[in-house]
Amino acid sequence: MPPDGRLTVKFWGTRGSIPVAMTSAEVRRKLIAALTRASGRKLETPEQAAAFLDRELDFAGSRTFGGNSSCVEIVTDRRDYVLCDLGSGARVFGNEVLGTRDASGQRFHAFMSHPHWDHIMGFPFFMPAYQAGNHIKIYGCHADLEEAFRGQHAAPCFPVDFSRLSATIEFVRLEPDREYEIAGLRVRPKLQRHGGDSYGYRFQAGDKVVVYSTDAEHKQDDLTEIKAFAEFFRDADLVIFDSQYSLAEATSIKEDWGHSSNVVGLELCQMAHAKRLCLYHHEPVSDDERIAALLAETRRLEEITRTDRRVEILAAYDGMEIAL
Amino acid sequence: MDLRPKRYVDTVVLSPVGRIDHATSEDFKIALAPYMTRCAEGQDRVVLDFAGVEYISSVGLRVLMLASKQAKAQRGSLGIAALQPAVREIFDISRFTMVLDVFPSVREGLARLSPKALATFDAA
Ligand SMILES: [Zn+2]
Ligand SMILES: [Zn+2]
Repeated sequence: MPPDGRLTVKFWGTRGSIPVAMTSAEVRRKLIAALTRASGRKLETPEQAAAFLDRELDFAGSRTFGGNSSCVEIVTDRRDYVLCDLGSGARVFGNEVLGTRDASGQRFHAFMSHPHWDHIMGFPFFMPAYQAGNHIKIYGCHADLEEAFRGQHAAPCFPVDFSRLSATIEFVRLEPDREYEIAGLRVRPKLQRHGGDSYGYRFQAGDKVVVYSTDAEHKQDDLTEIKAFAEFFRDADLVIFDSQYSLAEATSIKEDWGHSSNVVGLELCQMAHAKRLCLYHHEPVSDDERIAALLAETRRLEEITRTDRRVEILAAYDGMEIAL
Repeated sequence: MDLRPKRYVDTVVLSPVGRIDHATSEDFKIALAPYMTRCAEGQDRVVLDFAGVEYISSVGLRVLMLASKQAKAQRGSLGIAALQPAVREIFDISRFTMVLDVFPSVREGLARLSPKALATFDAA
C-alpha cells in the first residue's frame, strides 16, 4: 500500500438485528408526497426528474436507508475483497462481484464482529462460496465462529450443507489487541461489551484509518473502558458505530442489551479526535424519516457540543460509499 | 460539588453549577446521594434547578437516570427544572425528556411536586 493510498468504504447492509423491507404503504406515501410536490413542474425527462429529486426532496423523501443486515466492504488498491461481517448485505455484495468480475479466482477476507445471526445470515446466499476456485478467509476472535457458520447451513435450517460449498473456505482465529497485516491492511481487533462478546476492528492503510465497531455497549461511568475506546478510535478518518438505541433507552429499559447510542458515539469520536462518525446498525423499527431525524439531531448535538474540532456525522445506508 | 440546597417545607431544591461531564459527574453523584436517600414516600421531594448547568454529557445523564430509578423505587418524586437551551436540546436528543420529569422552571416543578412547597417558595 503506498503511503498516499486511498480507502473507500462501501455499505452493503446497515440494519441492526434483522433485515427489514419498506412496505407497500411506505412506498406509496413517499410517491404521493413526491408527486404532490412535483405538481406543475416540467418533468419530462428522467434527467429532469432526477434533478428535481436531488434539489427538492430530502433523503427520506426520495430514497431509503435500506434494510439489509450488517455488511461493509473496505476497498483498498489491491484485488482482494475485504469485508466486515456477512449479514444479509453480503448476498447483494456477492451478486455484484459475480456481475463485475470472473465468477472464479476471487479472494475474500471477512472480519467478523461476532456470530449473532444478523451478522452471518448472508453467507448461505453468498454466491461466490458456491464457486470452485474462490478463496474465502473468515477472521474472528470467537472460538465457536466456524461452528456458527456450519450450524446455519445444517439441516433442518438450510438445504445445502457447509461441506458442499465449492469455494476454499478457511477460518482464521485472531487475538484481540494484536496487530495483524492482512490484505494490505493493518488490522487490530478489540473486545466489546455485547452478549457473547463482540469485537471491533481498527483498519489502517497508509495514513487512513477506519474503525468498524458494531454491537457494542458502553458504560459511561467506566472511565477505563471509555478511554480504551477513545484510544481505539484515535484520529480515525471514519468510525462506523452501533447507534441502535437512544441514550435514554441504552441507560434504562435496554441497559445490558448490548447496543449503544448516537450520543455516546459522538462523545467517543470527540474524545478520539475522529474525523467522521457513521451511525450504523439501525433499529429495525425505525423508518427512513426516523433515521434521517436521528442524523439531523446528531449533527445538531455535534454543533452544540463542539470544542475545537468538528466531527462530520453520517448515517449509513445500503449502497453508501465514502472515499477517505 | 456544592449543590446549594434550599428547603421549601417537604421539598429540597438543589442547584448544581457548571459542566457535568467525566471530570465532575462523580462529584455530582456523591453530592446528590444523601438527598436521593431521603427522596422517598413520606420524606423529601427533590427538584434539581439546572439553570446553572451549561453542559451535561452521557455520564452525567446516567447519574440522573440512576437517581430517577432510585426515586421511583422509593416512591419519591424527582424533578429537573430550568434547563438552559443547549442542555434542553441534549435532553431532547438523548430522549431523556421522555424518561425524566422535566419542568420549564423551578416554580412549575414545585407546583407539580408539592403545593405546600410552592406556597413557601412564592412567599419567599
Ligand atoms: Zn447485530
Ligand atoms: Zn449482536
